[in-house]
Parts: sequence; structure tokens; C-alpha cells
Amino acid sequence: MKPHETTMDAGALKRPRRWHILVFLLPALIVYTAVMILPLIETLRQSFYNTVDGQYGFVGLSNFKVLFGDPRWAADFWNALRNNFVFFLIHMVVQNPIGIALAAMLSIPKLRFSAFYRTWIFLPTLLSFVIVGFIWKLILSPIWGVAPFLMDLVGLKWLFAPWLGRPDSALIAVSLISVWQYVGIPMMLIYAALLNIPDEVIEAAELDGVTGWSQFWKIKLPLILPAIGIISILTFVGNFNAFDLIYTVQGALAGPDKSTDILGTLLYRTFFGFQLQLGDRSMGATIAAIMFLIILAGVSLYLFAIQRRMRRYQF
Amino acid sequence: MTRTTIKGLLLASSILGSAGLAHAQDVTLTIESWRNDDLAIWQEKLIPAFEAKNPGIKVVFSPSAPTEYNAALNAKLDAGSAGDLITCRPFDPSLEVYNRKHLADLTSLPGMENFSDVAKSAWTTDDGKSTFCVPMASVIHGFIYNKDAFDQLKLSVPTTEEEFFAVLEKIKADGNYIPMAMGTKDLWEAATMGYQNIGPAYWKGEEGRLALIKGEQKLTDEPWVEPYRVIAKWKDYLGDGFEAQTYPDSQNLFTLGRAAIYPAGSWEITGFNTQAQFKMGAFPPPVKKAGDTCYISDHTDIGIGLNAKSPNAEAGKTFLTWVASPEFAEIYANALPGFFSLNSTAVKMTDPLAQEFVSWREKCKSTIRSTYQILSRGTPNLENETWLESANVINGTDTPEVAAKKLQDGLDSWFKPAK
Repeated sequence: MKPHETTMDAGALKRPRRWHILVFLLPALIVYTAVMILPLIETLRQSFYNTVDGQYGFVGLSNFKVLFGDPRWAADFWNALRNNFVFFLIHMVVQNPIGIALAAMLSIPKLRFSAFYRTWIFLPTLLSFVIVGFIWKLILSPIWGVAPFLMDLVGLKWLFAPWLGRPDSALIAVSLISVWQYVGIPMMLIYAALLNIPDEVIEAAELDGVTGWSQFWKIKLPLILPAIGIISILTFVGNFNAFDLIYTVQGALAGPDKSTDILGTLLYRTFFGFQLQLGDRSMGATIAAIMFLIILAGVSLYLFAIQRRMRRYQF
Repeated sequence: MTRTTIKGLLLASSILGSAGLAHAQDVTLTIESWRNDDLAIWQEKLIPAFEAKNPGIKVVFSPSAPTEYNAALNAKLDAGSAGDLITCRPFDPSLEVYNRKHLADLTSLPGMENFSDVAKSAWTTDDGKSTFCVPMASVIHGFIYNKDAFDQLKLSVPTTEEEFFAVLEKIKADGNYIPMAMGTKDLWEAATMGYQNIGPAYWKGEEGRLALIKGEQKLTDEPWVEPYRVIAKWKDYLGDGFEAQTYPDSQNLFTLGRAAIYPAGSWEITGFNTQAQFKMGAFPPPVKKAGDTCYISDHTDIGIGLNAKSPNAEAGKTFLTWVASPEFAEIYANALPGFFSLNSTAVKMTDPLAQEFVSWREKCKSTIRSTYQILSRGTPNLENETWLESANVINGTDTPEVAAKKLQDGLDSWFKPAK
């Protein structure tokens, strides 16, 4: 039994104009335009404006020149971008494989209480990032934390360190907190994809002697690849827009020594200001514009280069 | 919670709505503030005292979170939805608000004569011509210590740098107490409670601060690097995992009696008085050698101004005149021991810890935090950078010399001293 590749049937049939589609789309379109598209355009516009000698006006690309040309702005920006990539990579190599593994385990038919596990693993995703940040700050606190206490019980206290306060471990710690919170999303999506694989395919594989691990690698994994692609792109967009968790756990200065500063926190500090630092809307908008371009590039790469080549199967 | 509040409001408005009609002339003033800790004091003491004397004016205190205050306030002012009275941060954040014509000029406000020029400096334009906020209070830096612990270990209060470290060493050797409660996680503790606390003794207070603004001294000069060398030595006396210790952690460590010394600002007094179960004392930042003049950071921290677009400007001015009066100073200073009145009239305070702090004004020279006036106007922001580097120095990420160089380079990139 060979799966067929889908072929899109270009509708050759002439149909009457379906106005109701437009009518139904309109409310969403209006709301989306008002709260997303217009602010986005306004932000992009602002990135080309700045105050020069007290006069607010069009300055062309000079904001971008400052961002990339001025050694301090550039250092801050590249530092944030690099941290952001680390943040994303940790999600890709930890969160998504664990999500896939959890989904694979949940879809074992013999597993008992699977609904229970599913709910509990998904639960942190529903929590507010403020709560998650606060809980983990307490868990990892070297003074009252549960982590040093529990590690002490099993004689591993020497392994404990004030991870959130060290420049070399803070970013990893914060990324893992985020992974803990969001691992439910890849799990759910993959789980749904796995359930979509028809039993006949699995049975046929078993008849051919493909079972266990090799069944997962050779049959199931190729079938859930599109779902993995979607998850990757969701992770990418989510991570490059991230801000909230870092802000609640490490504060707006994203310490220590800017080691957890990602584009979102840099944007926040620049745009809104912090403590004695006054907000700089033009530079903030410039950073926002770059973030938009990065995300746009990533999504385009996925849509045009990867998704098109991906084989889809229909049963 | 929100829902019950809304229900309560609806209920209140339905019942009291008719009562409100009788006072149709009433003016309601709203105060914007970052001091959400002070909500109770405003509602229970200050506002009733004012309203009793000024029938027809109602006052609502509406604070927001400290870290979001500046950004939220600017957004509200731009949108025209800010309150009538604006609590002023010292120096540039407020000056900027004034320059954008959001704060009214209060130079001629009755009651302004109760304040010295130094008290008004934080809310006066660079040319000294206009004052736009009524000074409310300053905070003094120093160290609060656990008296019981000191008695138990037979320690005396240190006055010099050497004695200070000797005391820390003894507490550490004893092992019952963490010598000093401070963390670097929140960054600002290291800068505000560390560098700005002990620093004035090395850069000689106002002398060094003004020399820095005039460009006669640099942050890489010895008086500015040495305090960094001193706080770098603090590292050994902080609690386990101080790198991840937050500000509330430090407060709790001290008030629970687990730490002996707390590098403090006087604003802690109210909280510590209610939390701590032991006797507390305070000592000023130690001097370098016995006999040296001591310097304290007596930082003008909080003022209050009038929204230039307020429809209730007259009532607002009445309120501000009252804020400038000795009566307000006395209620405020006693309700919030640790926030010291800037009023020229001496205020009687009952809290012993607050008395101790304020007594240093007589024997030591006062200054304000070095980064606040003018020097934090550009990008990179010197205050934020100082937070970062102070934490780096204590964490050992940067040496004092490297930290000072980074700060000076940052400052040089935009700051041109007025010659």
C-alpha cells in the first residue's frame, strides 16, 4: 500500500461569486488590520524617523546605521541576537525532541492514565509567565529554594550553583524554564499527528516486520515531519518574539552582565526606557523593524525552501 | 478580585451617587506615584489630614509599579490621561517631563521658600531659573546592623574601612550569621547599596561629583576606582549563592536574623521595624582612615509636581502648598521613617533608627548619588551601566579597573563636560 501524493486540483469549475466568504472574513480582517497590521506599518515608518537637532523628521537609514555602526549599539544588538539564537537552539534541541518523545510515549496504546499525563504536562503552558517565572525563581533560589534542598537530600548539593545569577549559566537556565513551560505545545501537536496515522499503515509495517524503534524512525517520523516543521517555525517565531519570561525572571536589564539579554528585552529597554534611561522610540522602532525582518526571513525560508519540498501523504 | 472590586464600585456609585450630588463642587485630585508601599499611609494619614482642612477637594492616591512608573507616566502624559499631581523622580526623568511641557512651573508656589536650593536642585532646570516639583523627601545611605548579633559576638560598630572588614571577618569566623546581606541578582543593590553607599567617602562627596560633571575627574581616577576595589572584597562576606540573591531575599535574610549587616538605604526602616524581631542599629559608611571626614549619600529622592494640563490646577496648587508646609513634613517623616523631609523647618522624628540616620547630616558631609545629575542623560545610560558594572565587580566578572574603564568609555561616547 503506497501513500498517494496529494495533487491540488485547480478548480476548473465556474462557480457563482461567494460574497458570504468576504462578509465572514471581514470582522477578523478589520480587527487584525487595526491591532496588528497598522501598528506594524507605523513601527516600520518610525524606524526611518528620528529627532535631529530638536526637529523630528525623516532620516532615511541613519537609525539603522547607528544600530549597526555605533560600537555600543552594535555590541548590544549582536549580543542580544546571539543570545536569542542560543535561546532558540536550546528550544530546538531540548523542547522539541522531548515533545516528540512524550507524544510518542503517550500514543502507545497500552499506556494507562495517558489523559492524566497529557493534561499535567500541558498544564504549565496554560500558566501565566509571571507565575512560571516566580515559581522557578523560588525553586532555584540558593537561599530558600527547593532545588538546593532536594539536591542536598540525595547528596548532590555540590552540583548546585546560583544558576540564574551566573553569566555563564543564566541564559541556559532561563531557556530551560521556558522549555519546561512550553513543552506541552509540541507534544500536543505531534500527538495529534501521530493519532492521524491510520492503523492500516502501522499494521502493514508490522506485517513487513518493521516494529518498535525502527517503526518509529521509518514509518511514524516521516509521517509527522510536516507537524515537526510547523513546530519548528512556531518555536522560531515565539523565541524571537520572546520577552516576558526573561523580564519576569531576570528583569529588564537582563542580567547578569547582559547575559540573558535577547532582542525582546533590548527592544523594551530602548523603546520604553528603564530607570533613569529615557525611552527612545525611534531606535526602539528600529530594533523592532530588525526583529520583524529576522522573523520574516526565517518564516520565508521555511515556507519557500523547506515546506515546498516536504512530501505530504494522504490516506 | 477585580470583579469584586468592580461590583463594589458599582454598588458604591449607585448608593453614594445621590450623596455625591450634594457636593457637585467637589474637585478630585489624582496623584500618580511609584510608591505603592505608601498607599496605606496616604489613605489613612496624609489625605485625611489634608481633606479635613480643605473641604471641597478630594484626593486619590493611585500608584503603579516602581519599575514601570516612568514609562507608564510618560505614556499617560502623552495621551492626556495622567493624574493631576505627578510624583517626581529626581533629576532628568522629571526634567524631561517638564521640558515637554507636561509639568507646571512651580517656582512661585507659596511654600517653595521652605526649601533650600540643594533640596530643590533635583527638580530645577539647569539654569536654576524654574523649579517644577515640590521636594518631598530624601533617603540616606548607610548600614543597618543586628544589635543582638553584635552584642553576642562582642563587636563594636566599625568606623573605618579596616575596622569594617575586621568586623566582617569576625562574623564570618563565628559562622552563626551571614556577615552581610546583599545580592547581585537585581544589579541595583550592588550599585545603590554598594558603590553609591560607600563611594562618597572616596570621591569626597560633592567635590568629586561636581568635578566629574565639570570633566575635571574621570571615573578611571583613583577616587572612583577605589570604592570598586572595596566592594570587590565584599564578595567573601556575602551569603551563599549571592549571585542569584534578589533584593527581597536580602531584606528577608536580614529581618529573619540570618545576616548581621545590611547595606541599606533609610527607606528600609519602616519595613524592617515591622519585620525584624531583634534590636537594630545603624552606622554611616566607614571612612578610609580614622579622623577622615565622613560623607553620606543623602539623596533627594522624591518630589511632587502639577500636571500642566490638569483641569484642577488651583486645587492642585493648594495641595502642593500644603505638601510644602511643615505640617506635611512632620506627618510624612513620622509615617515613613527613613524618608527624611527636605523642609528647612526641623522635623521631630520619634523613630530611633531614623534619628540615627538623620543625625549623620550633622557630622558628615552630604552628597547625592553621583550618576543622577546630568551624567545619565545619554546613551549608554551611566546609571544603568553602573548597576551592571557594580554587580560585575562583586561577581568577579570584571576587575575594578576594567569596570571603571567601561563606564568612562561609555560616558565619553556622548558626554561633553561644560567648560
